[in-house]
Amino acid sequence: MTIYIIRRVLYMIPTLIAISILSFVIIQLPPGDFLTSYVAQLRQEGDIIDESQLESLRVRYGLGEPVYVQYGKWISGIFLRGDWGQSMDWQKPVKELIWERLGLTMIISLSSLLVSWFIAIPIGVYSATHQYSILDYTMTAFSFIGLGTPGFMLALIVLFVLQNQFGMNVGGLFSEEYINAPWNWAKVVDMLKHIWVPMAIVAVNGTAGNIRITRANLLDELNKPYVETARAKGVKESKLIWKYPVRVALNPFFSTVGWSLASLVSGVTLVAVVLSLQTTGPMLLRALTTQDMYLAGSFILLLSVLTVIGTLISDILLALVDPRIRLQ
Amino acid sequence: MQRVEKSWLERADEDTPLSEQDFIEEVKGDEKIFVASYLQLMWWRFLKHKMALISAIIVILFYLVAIFAEFVAPYNPDNSFVQFKLAPPTQIHIVDTNGKLQRPFIYKTLRERDPETLRNNYVEDTETIYPIRFFVQGPEYEILGRWNATTHLFGVDAPRDEMGFFLLGADRLGRDLFSRVCYGARISLTIGLVAVVVSLVVGIVLGGVSGYYGGTIDNVIQRLIEFIRSIPEIPLIMALAAALPADLPVVQLYFGITIVLAFVGWTGLARVVRGRFLSMREEDFVMAARFAGSSEMRIILRHMMPSFLSHIIASLTLSIPGIILSETGLSFLGLGLRAPAISWGVLLQEAQNLRSVALAPWVLLPALAVILTVLAFNFLGDGIRDAADPYAK
Repeated sequence: MTIYIIRRVLYMIPTLIAISILSFVIIQLPPGDFLTSYVAQLRQEGDIIDESQLESLRVRYGLGEPVYVQYGKWISGIFLRGDWGQSMDWQKPVKELIWERLGLTMIISLSSLLVSWFIAIPIGVYSATHQYSILDYTMTAFSFIGLGTPGFMLALIVLFVLQNQFGMNVGGLFSEEYINAPWNWAKVVDMLKHIWVPMAIVAVNGTAGNIRITRANLLDELNKPYVETARAKGVKESKLIWKYPVRVALNPFFSTVGWSLASLVSGVTLVAVVLSLQTTGPMLLRALTTQDMYLAGSFILLLSVLTVIGTLISDILLALVDPRIRLQ
Repeated sequence: MQRVEKSWLERADEDTPLSEQDFIEEVKGDEKIFVASYLQLMWWRFLKHKMALISAIIVILFYLVAIFAEFVAPYNPDNSFVQFKLAPPTQIHIVDTNGKLQRPFIYKTLRERDPETLRNNYVEDTETIYPIRFFVQGPEYEILGRWNATTHLFGVDAPRDEMGFFLLGADRLGRDLFSRVCYGARISLTIGLVAVVVSLVVGIVLGGVSGYYGGTIDNVIQRLIEFIRSIPEIPLIMALAAALPADLPVVQLYFGITIVLAFVGWTGLARVVRGRFLSMREEDFVMAARFAGSSEMRIILRHMMPSFLSHIIASLTLSIPGIILSETGLSFLGLGLRAPAISWGVLLQEAQNLRSVALAPWVLLPALAVILTVLAFNFLGDGIRDAADPYAK
């Protein structure tokens, strides 16, 4: 087992390096370096430009030097000093801006994942065991709609209905008075009041797919001889279903959790823009449109790294559950 | 994940219990089946999948609309009816004020201004009736960029400045939303196809190399695919799309976005191709061809290609909806195509503002076109995949 974990972690290293290079390329994509645009912006605002300060920034990020030197300075800055670069749009170091938003994104993604499993598994099991019942058809129809409707459209529609029919304002993650407040218990409670809307929307999209997977896999398992054997031995039907075929049917779920995490983070990004949540989505969008590239690059880097780590954890869990995998 | 997700649909028809009558017919039909060609078998199998058949019709219809947008759309998508800003969808009636049944018609719409809120209210003037006619004369256009014509599929005989027929309502500038959806279909429906073709070329080359040669190359390509798949797709696409200069002409922007979408999209296809190659490499007929002295290229093109072509087509069809959704999302965020280009995502930008949605919920209607297309492609792909393997039970 230890060997398996070590091997998986080693496998991860090239991926992480590739991700960092890609993020750096994204930072470099717009023409010119950030200092030039920074200077242009300052000039436009009529600020006085401090040459010595500019020079120190130039040295710090290796601007004007070959690209690989810049990359080296950027990545070592992150590792050694925790320096993610400067956001020129917010006039703040990137590291002050990202962590809270990243945390919220992950909270919403992970809780949506759990919510969607929590809903999808029982429904999927019911659909498979009561094939062609009314509820089965209803759920199938529902899952198709969930599959065809992108999250951001669902968010728009939910926003519209809640506002129009119930007069609720569901945009954002916090009430006004808490947006800039430091974290405390009241803020958490306030967040819980708001978070269910985006969570539900993101979860619906995942749920649709998950119902289909559960139903399909379980249908495959239900006709297998071991189920018949257990039934012949007189195991209670509910215990039989949940203990044997469901467990097997859920395996592919956990093995794909890494990819679902990536798609959840994607989904949250768009939904967050529509609902103007204080997560990475809107800030990333803004950073991209204003070419605030250090901020944007850091987001891409961190979102990807977190997804890769999530995949690693899920792989390790899967190996714990299913011994066949670690032997391969 | 996508492959697992779809699998229960494949089972849809095999789950249906066979009645005795069916069974007898099936046995009788057997003889026909024994002599049928592969294509015929595929076609029969496809016909059995009712949802796929309906979806195929919908997809074809949508593409026809896209090709003949000028003819189907009653108005030019850029012309605004200044007096009908944010007008709701025009009500179609078949019973007039006297309770008599008529051919479908619309009433003239009058604009009233709310004295307090200064909002426009649109009311029907039951005095004036405009019957809905097919093949009416309207603004001139070029069909397929070649012939001039003035006939439109449907419309009303009304002076332009008095009355417009808005099947799906009008937008902020008073442009007919239905016409815009028709024209938007051009970009939204083709971007999926073009991006899929680009993904296919990359996917087949890399997936094929990976599956056919195996070993180190396979390992490297698999790592590459895993790497791209581990990055959250939307943020990556957003970043790449944002790097395209904002002032690009529409055509270049279109291809830029296509390449961005294909960059992320090829991985799925490459996996499918690789899987097929891996399983087929060991088949006896490939071995036989090799012993007979066929070149590698001939083995791939002549012997292997026909047996996985249909599967590739199925996966292609199944990957189109994802690309359409990505384009819609991108344009919705303002990172994809921008006005004056018309795509469904661009149309939905108008729905970004909650106030305009509350005021005019019909600006959400282009979403319906997106949802329908996505569902239709999903079913169609499922049907093709079922049909691709007509010998499977």
